[in-house]
Amino acid sequence: MTVPLALLGLLEREPSHGYDLKRDYDTFFGRGRPLPFGQVYSTLGRLARDGKVTGQSEPGDGPDRKRYAITPLGRQEVATWLAEPVAAEPYLQTVLFTKVVLALMLGRDAAGYLDAQRATHMRRMRELTEVKRGGSLTDALLADHAMFHLEADLRWIDVTQARLGALAETVRAS
Amino acid sequence: MIIEARKVSRSYGSTPALREADLSVAAGEVVAVMGPSGSGKSTLLHCLAGIFTPDSGEVWFDGRRLDTLDDGRRSELRRTAFGFVFQFGQLVPELTVTDNVMLPLLLGRTRRKHAERRAAEWLERLELADLGGRRTGELSGGQAQRVAIARALVTRPRVVFADEPTGALDTLTGEHVMNLLVGLAREEGATVIVVTHDARVAACADREVVVRDGRVSDPYTTGAVR
Ligand SMILES: Nc1ncnc2c1ncn2[C@@H]1O[C@H](COP(=O)(O)OP(=O)(O)OP(=O)(O)O)[C@@H](O)[C@H]1O
Ligand SMILES: [Mg+2]
Repeated sequence: MTVPLALLGLLEREPSHGYDLKRDYDTFFGRGRPLPFGQVYSTLGRLARDGKVTGQSEPGDGPDRKRYAITPLGRQEVATWLAEPVAAEPYLQTVLFTKVVLALMLGRDAAGYLDAQRATHMRRMRELTEVKRGGSLTDALLADHAMFHLEADLRWIDVTQARLGALAETVRAS
Repeated sequence: MIIEARKVSRSYGSTPALREADLSVAAGEVVAVMGPSGSGKSTLLHCLAGIFTPDSGEVWFDGRRLDTLDDGRRSELRRTAFGFVFQFGQLVPELTVTDNVMLPLLLGRTRRKHAERRAAEWLERLELADLGGRRTGELSGGQAQRVAIARALVTRPRVVFADEPTGALDTLTGEHVMNLLVGLAREEGATVIVVTHDARVAACADREVVVRDGRVSDPYTTGAVR
């Protein structure tokens, strides 16, 4: 699940209220599916319970009277997640996208992450090529289906790698 | 290591194409070279194969410096130890398939009878036995690439250099050509360095490296992948 990590990443920029986090999440990662407020607060609650954020109560009333800040443990979790390639299954675009945007936002090594992801995908492509070599026609066709999807991811990775500079400017300007 | 580039730089006029590129390939390995257009892949291949001399850096083949050899010794080495497959344009269209495959043997002064036998054997291995008498100008793209592979392997090279060997072919034909190239090279114990934009083609290799802005990055040695 990327929502807790995305919220944690957004918090690494500066301490924020739940409302601001929701707005930023929807802007960058919502893609027409805004995060419900309930989910924002329940996620922040769990993150606080696990010691990854702290919530500082402020005077006033309403649910948004808490200002959340990331802890060193939370920071460590973001760093680990951003550097780690996702297992090479097809249909990962949104996870890959979230990692790239957050890495750029936080000044982390987005290019390094994309290289690692590319290598992970290529390794899976080689495994599937091996499956095709030894397998039946049905094995081969199933492997082909997976490979065409991985190939689509790889193209996206290359195009994004080539446009990383421009994307970094877009992300920082928002 | 059978072949190695060490901090190889090469410019065309004021355009730097390679900047201290490093690549080490072990004997019998199949390595894919990937990377964006204009990143320096073909230039790297030409430097490794002794077609270009680097401006600086070193190229080693089988324990010897290659870049410091004189032109004569270098082209001798290219003819005897290396094989080449390019995207297109390497076959002589007016000659028959058999004559094209024999050509490198005849240039190496192999006797004609012997060369004919060897060419026939290789055409068989590339499933081209029926096409020996055909002019190569009259072949499909996939057939032409198989002839090119036969011609590259007929001299029993230590290293085969391939630059986009499937670039003009459809997916299935490209896969067939690539399986033949890699399969036969492995049977022969030859090393293969193949430049490609196609991830499916690269997945036939043992590993891939990526060239960016004239530098080689190898995700398996730089620690990007654990
Ligand atoms: N003969 C030449 N004269 C001048 N510049 C050249 C020449 N050949 C290549 N270059 C330049 O050197 C750089 C690297 O070119 P190279 O052909 O090695 O790239 P490539 O990675 O093989 O690209 P592609 O994937 O498009 O084949 C490019 O900037 C290119 O414009
Ligand atoms: Mg090229």
